Amino acid sequence: MSGLELGQVSIRRAGAASPLFPALSLEVHAGEILTIMGPSGIGKSTLIDFIGGHLDAGFDASGKVILNGVDVTGRPAEARGIGILFQDAVLFPHLSVGDNLAFALDRRIAGRFERRKAVEDALASAGLRGFYERDPATLSGGQRARAALMRTLLAAPRALLLDEPFAKLDPELRQEIRSFVFEHVRIRDIPVLMVTHDPSDAEAAGGRSLAL
Amino acid sequence: MTRAGGRWLRGLVLAVVMLGLVLPIAAGLWETLAAAFGHLPAIGETGASLDPWRRLLDLPGVVTSVKLTLWTGLASTAIALLLALGAAGWAHRRFGPRALGRVLTPFLAVPHAALAIGLAFVIMPSGWIARAISPWATGWDLPPDLAIVNDPAGLALILGLVIKELPFFLLVTLAALAQIPVGSQMRAGRAIGYPPAQVWAFVIVPQVYAQIRLPVYVVLSFALSVVDMAIILGPSNPPVLAVAMTRWFLAPDSGLILPASAAAMTQALIVVGAIALWRGAEALIAVAGRAILRQGRRRHAWAGAARASAGIAATLFVLGLLSLAALTVWSIAWRWSFPDMWPETLSLHSWARPGAGWGLAVLNTAVIGFATTALALVLAVAWLEGEDRGGLARARWAEALVYLPLIVPQVAFLFGLQVVFLRLGVSGGIGAVIWAQALFVFPYVMIALSDPWRALDRRLLRAAAALGAGPARRLFAVKLPILLRPLLTAAAIGFAVSVAQYLPTLFMGAGRVPTLTTEAVTLSSGSDRRVTGTYATLQSALPFLAYAAAFFIPAWVFRHRRALSGEPG
Repeated sequence: MSGLELGQVSIRRAGAASPLFPALSLEVHAGEILTIMGPSGIGKSTLIDFIGGHLDAGFDASGKVILNGVDVTGRPAEARGIGILFQDAVLFPHLSVGDNLAFALDRRIAGRFERRKAVEDALASAGLRGFYERDPATLSGGQRARAALMRTLLAAPRALLLDEPFAKLDPELRQEIRSFVFEHVRIRDIPVLMVTHDPSDAEAAGGRSLAL
Repeated sequence: MTRAGGRWLRGLVLAVVMLGLVLPIAAGLWETLAAAFGHLPAIGETGASLDPWRRLLDLPGVVTSVKLTLWTGLASTAIALLLALGAAGWAHRRFGPRALGRVLTPFLAVPHAALAIGLAFVIMPSGWIARAISPWATGWDLPPDLAIVNDPAGLALILGLVIKELPFFLLVTLAALAQIPVGSQMRAGRAIGYPPAQVWAFVIVPQVYAQIRLPVYVVLSFALSVVDMAIILGPSNPPVLAVAMTRWFLAPDSGLILPASAAAMTQALIVVGAIALWRGAEALIAVAGRAILRQGRRRHAWAGAARASAGIAATLFVLGLLSLAALTVWSIAWRWSFPDMWPETLSLHSWARPGAGWGLAVLNTAVIGFATTALALVLAVAWLEGEDRGGLARARWAEALVYLPLIVPQVAFLFGLQVVFLRLGVSGGIGAVIWAQALFVFPYVMIALSDPWRALDRRLLRAAAALGAGPARRLFAVKLPILLRPLLTAAAIGFAVSVAQYLPTLFMGAGRVPTLTTEAVTLSSGSDRRVTGTYATLQSALPFLAYAAAFFIPAWVFRHRRALSGEPG
């Protein structure tokens, strides 16, 4: 099947008696945005880390992550093809905005000219035309968020995780970025899993939502 | 998979550290120990006997040497530490840690020998201070016959050590302060009626000290074992033990090697004993401090103590700067009669002839410095990357391994290491010097790099991994470029440590690898201050250039990257 599947995922802090949340199984279909709700501190970000392959050594986890029918649980993060959009943009500070995107761009796009064009197109579609040489530290919050999404998408992920991606944005900006993100994500036809504590995020996503 | 790769990398690094670093030190200690008990087949001595110890005790002045070692080592460390803690209490609210760090870091670059030579130029009877107050205040028309430098009580040596170690203690104190919520604790303490200096002494200092204890032991061990500075400033007859035993080791009479080895073991015991004594004093001060604290007395006298230490510290900085200036002025002086403050005629005579010796010394120093720094940096990066990939925290024993070469006194194992190197047939060349220096360069590079490496925002690495970048790409395209500044700073520190090395160069080079440091120390006992000044100026200029490069290169590379340019943005 095509989609992202979790099978009996359970995570404990090393040495802790009980898991962070009851064992979790779910399926996200391609083109669907599934929202997981829960108060802060319950382990939503830890779940995202587990799915993406970024879990710290201080956790014990069990369960399976299956992507498009393939078990990727044993793979390192870079070999899973699972993109993440973080709460902060986490742009690389030593690279220009354009090179941040070029760093991410799928290897299958070959040729210096083609790669440059792909990055310029992505910048343009994010309202960042002419920003290639800009220092990421000089971007506004909204520009940074849009650049981060473009960077994530250029890697051609087969699934996307959104880790409270709008929590740190101003209310008026949040509306704009949210629709920008969902618009770009939907046309990709990949499974998207979002964790948030904000019910309005789930509402805007419009898909299924479940509580952790 | 990655995790296994990390374990593999860490295992490899550990093997290199064990074979290249721990084994030589252990073998060196073992050979020295064997020689101390009369076993050294290389000079035809075999068997275990107490004879070397008997002969050591019969050597003239040995008891005085031990006393002088303890006195100068303990006094200089205690004075420098107290001044640093007091001065930091005064300074930390007035200047940002960044500004202080920038002022202090160049002082770390100055090699001990250069500072010692410059200080001698300033305080000796014909030095700048005597000139400044003569003849109007003293009536001296000729330099007086006073033993200010090389005084029998070791005061000049203590002064030199304090000037050199004070900036180091201030820097580690500042680094420790960054881990403590000083502002809120200060507010809490003042709200219950304590003046700031007292809150500093009773609340902040104990927390700082707990963090800087290891560097304090390193300095103590160093001050007890220092050779170059003690030759230049210390008592001459008898000298401190480390100097005495270096003379015995290098004496033409090979019969002195066995008692010298016994002295090297004594030196190791002195360091262990002094650290134990220091720990005892720590405990006593903690008990006394708590007893005083329970009395709840609010006293304003502490403010005076903090101000006084800041004042003394500032004076010592000025003295240090004067010392460096004295080196350069002497190197270009031609006629300079007492009591003039400035030479009558200047000349570039000693600068104009690199072929006379300093050209080769600069070359050797630079080559050895670059090689040891490169080795140390690669090893440190491999170590830290191995920890990252394996998801491993630094074990306590690994931390101890890093500090080992800094705590064990150099003199205690260098002779034995020379014996080992001779047996392996690698002694007397530049390679042996590089290896021996790397033992001391690696720990400093590792210590300097560890904190910035771990402070790197891990989310950047997750973001890179989520974009499909594997471990190698994460290392070379994300970590190393972002960490360019700390990498270059660690390299500059390593280079400065290498340039300053005296004993390893002397022993392992078998006197055939002249560097700026070995030449400057040898020349310092001679009479030509112009040549000495030239060598010592070069000796402090090289590390200073390295620090300057570590500052300006990242600033230029990241001139369009506000988050990394080092400017507040």
